[in-house]
Amino acid sequence: MRYSAAKIFWQGLTGNRGWTPAWRDPEPQREYDIVIVGGGGHGLATAYYLAKKYGLRKIAVLEKGWIGGGNVGRNTTIIRSNYLLPGNEPFYELSMKLWEGLEQELNFNTMVSQRGIVNLYHTDSQRDSYARRGNAMRLAGADAVLLGQSEIRQLCPFLDFDNARFPIKGGLLQKRAGTARHDGVAWGYARAADQLGVDIIQNCEVEGFQIENGVCRGVDTARGPIRARKIAVCVAGSSSRVMQLAGLRLPIESHVLQAFVTEGLKPLIPGVITFGAGHFYISQSDKGGLVFGGDLDGYNSYAQRGNLAVVEDVCESGMAVMPMIGRARMLRSWGGVMDMSMDGSPIIDKTPIEGLFFNGGWCYSGFKATPASGLCYAHLIASGESHPTAAAYRLDRYRRGALIDEVGTGAQPNLH
Amino acid sequence: MRINHPLLGLRDAAEFTYLGDASLLNRPDWQDTNALDNFHNYVYQRDNPAGLHHELWFHEHGDRSWLVVHRNTLTHEIVGVELAHDIAKSQRANR
Repeated sequence: MRYSAAKIFWQGLTGNRGWTPAWRDPEPQREYDIVIVGGGGHGLATAYYLAKKYGLRKIAVLEKGWIGGGNVGRNTTIIRSNYLLPGNEPFYELSMKLWEGLEQELNFNTMVSQRGIVNLYHTDSQRDSYARRGNAMRLAGADAVLLGQSEIRQLCPFLDFDNARFPIKGGLLQKRAGTARHDGVAWGYARAADQLGVDIIQNCEVEGFQIENGVCRGVDTARGPIRARKIAVCVAGSSSRVMQLAGLRLPIESHVLQAFVTEGLKPLIPGVITFGAGHFYISQSDKGGLVFGGDLDGYNSYAQRGNLAVVEDVCESGMAVMPMIGRARMLRSWGGVMDMSMDGSPIIDKTPIEGLFFNGGWCYSGFKATPASGLCYAHLIASGESHPTAAAYRLDRYRRGALIDEVGTGAQPNLH
Repeated sequence: MRINHPLLGLRDAAEFTYLGDASLLNRPDWQDTNALDNFHNYVYQRDNPAGLHHELWFHEHGDRSWLVVHRNTLTHEIVGVELAHDIAKSQRANR
């Protein structure tokens, strides 16, 4: 069923009885050409682009839980392409361009809202580094404007500009950045992939890989064995656990990152704002809640919940940049499991096992990368070669010393 | 979380900083013929288990000792704490 304004109008007049499920609930077949392990945003996007752009058929997406129930529904929904390094920036800009056409592409309202992101700076040296970052962004075809204090005052008059310790001197603005409806992205890709014949199989946890003489020929699942010519894993958050089933160790630690939402407020924050003196970022959802977050808790965790010390630290950072936030009441907080890679950048690559592909290590960048990750992973699976914009995301780059370390902290995942 | 320091008793985890897997105590031999592989594994590769994890914590806002904490990454339950110095010493003795 194609969605349109006329259809909503007609359904509204006829009691909304004509809607059908957005995707089928098929039984798993015994054999597919391609099996994608993980039905999050990246897995569904990969399946969609494999079918749409590369014209492949007989594809299944296996999901342990339900669609939209993993990290794709647990993030803070920010989309942006304000990276610095040549290995990263063209990739995230490709993603940004895909976001801009995503709703037409998928015929689904993913609520992409380009309300802009401002990275505040507080010192002269930080201004210099943001000027450099802005130039790097523009060289990769993205947009960036370096704003002074008076322009930031017009944009966000409520900030604590004259803070004694961290006065706000200006910011780097990317106007095309913004937010999207996170689970809507999963639903949109799921529906579009399903319409192209992809089987989306929920409640189907992968329990093992069938590896024969160094070639991966299928998976054992909670719903029986499934054979496939190519098996593509993208289970960020659980990458180490799943790849361990294939006997592979990864340059990844799993860490917990917390996020927070306040009660709904009237429109208040024009876009996404990040604090340059601590780790704090904030935006306002379409429902009105202030959505914000900060640092990792800092220790390995699969618990999907964090500790209070970080809650306090994030709220202190919020108070330092935006004192009025102290009057808002926090409604809820939650923790997500991050694949923290050793250089803070992701991996999209083949593995030493033939027929087995890996996509993971997304750190904080997973949601905004969803469309480009799907496209580049589909390219790799279909052609056997890395997509040109994801060519740096190789699994062996750690051995080669070709790290993509945006923050320059070395092999220390909790500092990225 | 609170960490039961072997010398100081229960301390808030916020007093500590976290380094990572306790395998970092076993620095490879640079003269080994497989030194490149060994150092690649040592620096970058991790078991990253869901369950019992042996990990290094530094008591930065305390007595500045290094601890090996045995902690469950699924529940955050800490089942044991030792001085990293003691573990390193016994590992050296067994080598």
